[in-house]
Amino acid sequence: MKEKVIVYFNNKPFEVEAEQTIMQAADKIGFHIPRLCYHPSLSIEGACRVCIVEVEGMRNYVASCAFPVSEGMRIHTNTKEIRQARRDIVELILDNHPQDCHTCERDGICELQRLAYAMGLRQRHFEGERKRYEKDLSSAAVIRDPEKCILCGRCVRLCSEVQKANTLGFAHRGFKANVMPAYDMGLNESVCTGCGQCVNVCPTAAFLEKNYTQELFERLNDPEVIKVAQVAPSVRAAIGEAFGLEPGRAMAGETVAALKRLGFDYVFDTQFSADLTIMEEASELLERLQSGGKLPMITSCSSAWMKCLEQFHPDLIPNVSTCKSPMSMMGALTKTYWADKIKTDPKKILAVAVMCCTAKKYEAARPELRVNGMPATDLVITTREAAWMFKSAGIDFLNIKPERFDEPLGLSSGAGAIFGATGGVMEAAIRTAYELCTGETLLEIELESLRGFKGIKEGKVMMDGKEIRVAVAHGLGNANELMDVVRADPERYHFIEIMGCPGGCIGGGGQPYAGSNSIPLDEECLRKRAEALYGIDRANTIRRSHENPHVQRIYKELLGRPLSKKSHELLHTHYSAKEPRGIIGNETKE
Amino acid sequence: MVELAQEKYRQLEEFMAGVKQGPRPESNLIAILHKAQELFGYLDREMMDKISVEMKIPSAHIWGVATFYHYFRLTPPGRHTVSVCMGTACYVKGAQQVLDAIRNELKVELGETTEDRVFSLQEARCLGACGLAPVVMIDEKIYGGLDSRKVIELLRGYRKKAGQALVQG
Repeated sequence: MKEKVIVYFNNKPFEVEAEQTIMQAADKIGFHIPRLCYHPSLSIEGACRVCIVEVEGMRNYVASCAFPVSEGMRIHTNTKEIRQARRDIVELILDNHPQDCHTCERDGICELQRLAYAMGLRQRHFEGERKRYEKDLSSAAVIRDPEKCILCGRCVRLCSEVQKANTLGFAHRGFKANVMPAYDMGLNESVCTGCGQCVNVCPTAAFLEKNYTQELFERLNDPEVIKVAQVAPSVRAAIGEAFGLEPGRAMAGETVAALKRLGFDYVFDTQFSADLTIMEEASELLERLQSGGKLPMITSCSSAWMKCLEQFHPDLIPNVSTCKSPMSMMGALTKTYWADKIKTDPKKILAVAVMCCTAKKYEAARPELRVNGMPATDLVITTREAAWMFKSAGIDFLNIKPERFDEPLGLSSGAGAIFGATGGVMEAAIRTAYELCTGETLLEIELESLRGFKGIKEGKVMMDGKEIRVAVAHGLGNANELMDVVRADPERYHFIEIMGCPGGCIGGGGQPYAGSNSIPLDEECLRKRAEALYGIDRANTIRRSHENPHVQRIYKELLGRPLSKKSHELLHTHYSAKEPRGIIGNETKE
Repeated sequence: MVELAQEKYRQLEEFMAGVKQGPRPESNLIAILHKAQELFGYLDREMMDKISVEMKIPSAHIWGVATFYHYFRLTPPGRHTVSVCMGTACYVKGAQQVLDAIRNELKVELGETTEDRVFSLQEARCLGACGLAPVVMIDEKIYGGLDSRKVIELLRGYRKKAGQALVQG
């Protein structure tokens, strides 16, 4: 039992736990103190001063995010003076902000806008000098618009504390203070992994995904090309949120139907190529185990993780699976196998990927993933962009009649669905590897120890009398930590799954923004999205990738067997060390 | 020249190695940057990258510190450093006009270096020569009782000498 103290909020006594901040105590008893730079997953910055409260006996107002409660404390959250001071603070933040809400991409889903509304700002009294900066459009994944930045520092803390990539920092001072990569270089030259978590935590539009919606609308009008979409597992688990639904609704059928209305001729399922990834990856693992190959083998599905690996951990490149990501496998097959099937010149196919991810935009542009001189994936749009396109095209997403994915690249097992949640690839791989290795079917297929949101998860499974030890990490910070474990003790694990984003792909940088009643990266929201995917798995009669009849067919018709020459040509790739080298940094433990 | 640069790098590395003996080496970043600037006259990207790798401090963080403090120079200094005193006495006696004249003549702002690398312009707070106000210090030498006309003459004199030195050298 934690010690309790009595504090007074607005003259009413409450018994609250000691050793917490005023804001935490207030949250639990139903006073939501306005806030901006605060985020529960990040360190306390106390920079914005929006969360000030009056504490009797204190000379100045205190930032409630940083000030602990104590016995008998008398706190006022809503006096006339506090309201006035808080309103002035928000007004001063707005003073440097462009007044272009109605043409801003985050109009209606902006925290600063909501805050200004809640403060009752109806008039701007201050009109000072405006900051003028160029946008950074250099990255294929994320754009940075410093004019929209209000210096709350959430992106800086997210990038250094959660992802530990340290791409962003505050530079310069005073009026010229600004968030930027080292040397003010473009994000494309920096150690930015493209994960897009800065987009998720930014309260304004200072970070956005590189938007391809206009280009896609344009190209969907071209009568000469066949338009093909693929949809990542996590998109269906979250897209409803962009239409005001609670998290956790699986909306695959609606997404397929809406993409067809938008003008796509065929809609395939990235879960199909996830099944294929499992066939290749599980076979690669068994081969490495049997032939004394480099272990532990590390998964390669997450594009942000791949870039992180190449810049921060080039010494571990030999450990990484050569499998392409499911998106790039699907693109490669669409422009070869399937183009042959429909007797079409692959140059006349527009391959679009709808992804929960911003880094996939970067992946699509990687030159080594091209197939016969063509990009395997022509355009990548995020869940957010897809939702916007549906709205913009007047598609009634919530009431649309669900449709099925197209054959043959649209059929998937439940194992393909759970790819989207942290631990899912591992779980799916074990289901198949076990059977490939032992010839027996694994019956206990729901591996609870690999589910959930613990930073690093461990598990083991007996295969043919041999203990196979596995580990799972999500979020690049946890991944970096796990890589240090691998360096210190290379024998400890045989197989490792890494996903670049917190929660796995369900928490991707391209997922719908937090609404007015939720916060970015909220674990409860991630849990519901994951549950939607586990539900799809349970409802599927096929739950193991190797049982997918279309996967079996593609091996019969085209690939032969996993790791065949043809497989290597279409489904595998390679990685190489990249500059600038990433420095994770020695953490200073206070 | 190459040997000189190598020797300077060796000294910087030695300094970092010394810092690493103590507790929390990364907390000495400012001292390391001071040392680097003392040796090279300014901080450039290559140098900050070296410090980043050696000290395991992310370069975005180093860049933040280097741009926060006015003391750190991010471009090579000019042959002559022109410090305009903006202290109270000099200010009252017309330092602003003197500064404006210099900016106009050299086409640079405070903290910048002229294109021909002859002058770097910076501001100073009271050089302790208030009796001569307004004063400008060029390198280690104080010039007092200036106005916009006199200061331009002074600068042109320096530039002429720098040009001659360049021809001879």
